[in-house]
Amino acid sequence: MIDKKTLDQHGLTEGEYGLIVGMIGREPNLTELGIFSVMWSEHCGYKSSRIHLKKLPTEGKRVVQGPGENAGILDIGDGQVIVFKIESHNHPSYIEPYQGAATGVGGILRDIFTMGARPIAVLDSLRFGPPDDPKNRSVMEGVVSGIAGYGNSIGVPTVGGEVYFNPCYNLNPLVNVFCLGLADKDKIFYAKAEGSGNKVLYVGAKTGRDGIHGATMASAEFGKETEHKRPNVQVGDPFKEKLLLEACLEVMDRGLIVGIQDMGAAGLTCSTTEMAAKGGMGIVVDLDKVPQREAGMTPYEILLSESQERMLLVATPEKVRAVQAVFAKWDLDAPVIGEVVEGGRARISLKGEVVVDIPVDAVVNLCPAYRRPSQAPAAPVGGTALPALLLPQDYDDVFLKLLASPTIADKEWVFRQYDHMVQVNTVFLPGADAALLRIKGSKKALAMTLDGNSLYTQLDPKTGAKIAVAEACRNLACIGARPIGVTNCLNFGNPEKPEVMWQFEQAVDGLAEACRAFDIPVTGGNVSFYNDTEGLSIHPTPVLGIVGILDDIRKAVSPGFKAAGDVVVLIGENREELGGSEYLRVVHDLEAGAPPSIDLEREKRHQEFCLDAIEAGLVRSAHDLSEGGLAVALAECAFHGRKKIGCSIALEDSIRPDTLLFGETQSRILMTCRKKDLDNLRELARRKEVPARAVGETGGTEIAVEHRGRKLLRLPVEKAFQVWKDALPNFFKVRI
Amino acid sequence: MKFGVVQFPGSNCDFDTLYALQNVMKSPTVLLWHKDHDLQGVDCVVLPGGFSYGDYLRSGAIARFSPLMQEVKAFARKGGHVLGICNGFQILLELGLLPGAMIRNKNLKFLCRHVHIRIENEKTAFTRAGRKGQVLRIPIAHFDGNYYAPARVLKDMERHGQIVFRYCDAAGNITEEANVNGSLGNIAGIRNRESNVLGLMPHPERAAEALLGSEDGRTIFASLILSLGRRKPARRPVRRERARHD
Repeated sequence: MIDKKTLDQHGLTEGEYGLIVGMIGREPNLTELGIFSVMWSEHCGYKSSRIHLKKLPTEGKRVVQGPGENAGILDIGDGQVIVFKIESHNHPSYIEPYQGAATGVGGILRDIFTMGARPIAVLDSLRFGPPDDPKNRSVMEGVVSGIAGYGNSIGVPTVGGEVYFNPCYNLNPLVNVFCLGLADKDKIFYAKAEGSGNKVLYVGAKTGRDGIHGATMASAEFGKETEHKRPNVQVGDPFKEKLLLEACLEVMDRGLIVGIQDMGAAGLTCSTTEMAAKGGMGIVVDLDKVPQREAGMTPYEILLSESQERMLLVATPEKVRAVQAVFAKWDLDAPVIGEVVEGGRARISLKGEVVVDIPVDAVVNLCPAYRRPSQAPAAPVGGTALPALLLPQDYDDVFLKLLASPTIADKEWVFRQYDHMVQVNTVFLPGADAALLRIKGSKKALAMTLDGNSLYTQLDPKTGAKIAVAEACRNLACIGARPIGVTNCLNFGNPEKPEVMWQFEQAVDGLAEACRAFDIPVTGGNVSFYNDTEGLSIHPTPVLGIVGILDDIRKAVSPGFKAAGDVVVLIGENREELGGSEYLRVVHDLEAGAPPSIDLEREKRHQEFCLDAIEAGLVRSAHDLSEGGLAVALAECAFHGRKKIGCSIALEDSIRPDTLLFGETQSRILMTCRKKDLDNLRELARRKEVPARAVGETGGTEIAVEHRGRKLLRLPVEKAFQVWKDALPNFFKVRI
Repeated sequence: MKFGVVQFPGSNCDFDTLYALQNVMKSPTVLLWHKDHDLQGVDCVVLPGGFSYGDYLRSGAIARFSPLMQEVKAFARKGGHVLGICNGFQILLELGLLPGAMIRNKNLKFLCRHVHIRIENEKTAFTRAGRKGQVLRIPIAHFDGNYYAPARVLKDMERHGQIVFRYCDAAGNITEEANVNGSLGNIAGIRNRESNVLGLMPHPERAAEALLGSEDGRTIFASLILSLGRRKPARRPVRRERARHD
């Protein structure tokens, strides 16, 4: 008998229970209720977000597969496609940082190779509370080791990403993992169970009691009792996944299977019902045949287990042996556990007794969608006007403070622990504006970046979301890549709070508008709600993963100054904008004001100009201006090359000097060119109606900035570099 | 000549090594499956990097029991050339083809970065295309690369010129700071007494193309091609092999 308490434990409302009873024509048993509970959870069913996500543009000439499958697919020409997606593993990573992050990597890798693509790159967006708190450090160390432990072992390079710090992530770190794979266009596989009489095979790890209700856990707020949820986090085995990856790619390459689906959230339940629903078929499964790690597991446990490294395959009966032979080669079993049948029902039995008999369509496609109430905050979050701020006395001092801010400081401590070179495609090492990978056997290259400034989205979710898209595209433009597609990970608080729902709606509106402006389709992604612990919500954090393409890899440009005597050119205008800046947060302890304004048409013009200038071979280095503004961008350009090069800059803008140095006005790019190319660069800018002005020269051993005849900054590059480089390692006992 | 790259379950630099040898160095190369007993007549066996068997026990400790490793051992005893890169080096230590052992990096973290190594002995089949004292810039990517051997063994190795590469700074100085993983004597690569087996932690296959930041790794592959190039393949006629790879 299902009572209210049982429903609460399963995160289902009485209304939803009524729907279930109506759909299956009787009261569900506990196992069936468990199935609905995970499949209709926020995590799997997108109950609160679905109607809003429809606003995102999903079409484009390169789109082979949009949202709704394991990952999005874009055509990159020459018979090849890229398969990519981003996914969150926030809740598990807080409870058990190492395994939470590791299985986050494992899960997204399976989403990619289940479609027939070999994963070639991973990027992560990580958000933690400030590292001066030992709890945050311990979470961060665990997450970074977990990502390294899984990715390094399986041999997929972690080529880039971002790490942000803010107190709003103290009890709720974000771990968003992006993966991209490469496949032949004629060898894409889908999660479809087709053909009555075809066999269903189970491959990979045995099913254990781990991770039961992981998806339901990720669909509720956390209280103080999270320690108890540790058993809900799965344990990863990258070696097993490596075997699974090779074996699956081999059976797909040889055309031995009809369909394939990984067992992610909701494990066997999700994979069987989804495959059947997508194929318009039914499925019968005999749980006795499912390899089990321990004896005495109930059907409820077997079906809801989220044990990692498992896949479900569908093959025609005559190919079953050949499939099993491939798996045997990789020391993996591939037992037949069921069959595709007509009729659209999932019929699951244990010891000859039917334990589940439900229509797959109800489970997979009929999860209710809610338009939850939303409500704008009574007053703007950060206030509209900034309080009168005193100008700093010593700009060198402020500059060093910003360079030492963990969000801006060098992230080498993190990426040294990741194998970022395996597979020999990595052209730009982590630390550039975007990751750059060559495509073997071609002149083309792929660029990818993750972006999202949650300080901006906290102050104004719509503008913040637009900036996230604009900045990610700008990152790509700076290396010479044109954006072709987007995946997004939307991390928000509890959607049952009207203010959170308002943030979500605003952010999605902003994303939709910006993606349309840049003409880039959204091919998939993930929504992570309930990022609340002990009643506190995180800043709304949309993370954008944008992929770009370069036709000729030899033209790619990196951010570092290349030689002394080049001209430094600033694209865009410096405005009196300080709201939401890292400068305000670090120096004045304020998260306030309005974020910088963004004009998408102007932004696009500037990026087009940057791409054209790179294409014409006029640009020696390019770097976008973001957190920390002009001063930090200059420093990053000075630090980035193997040989550090200083610069001297002179500016005449009539704005506050702190805004000039550290303001975060959008649509700005810092370039260098040879002196002889300056006229051509200016001419191109004039034609494109883009403000571009020479502001100084590279060279020397100092970073020097003059404003209307006054020396604002004058620091040895080496000193600034040491501060920037040591800031993060200084928090940890172990230096790298 | 022909290279053979061994694939263990969990190898993840197998395709990279194949690519560097076949596509970059233009040298015929085959993949050798760990469960086979056939070395396919190769002149040089390469044990690639990765996490064979997940490295859940000591790195390389299980791979040495793979069926093919019996053949590799016999091949090496007869003077066949064997190159072990990273996990391949660890396997050679476990197999007893090279002396010493690996322990965790001194900072107890996985490390992936470019390092400099100095050629200490240029009179080997693996280094003859280089010069003594030449500095190579090659990436490392490992957790267990901290080389250890008892003092007596180390002294013996020194005397016989078995230390082939040491971690150094860009100028070629052997310093404590350049010793990224804490190896005894900054050791990055060693050979056996007979000089037909070499293991090194850095990844030459990741430093074979200017596009990826360094071509210094080619020195090692070019040395092998130079050393073994004129020799006939052990079992199969040259012409048939060429035909297969053209």
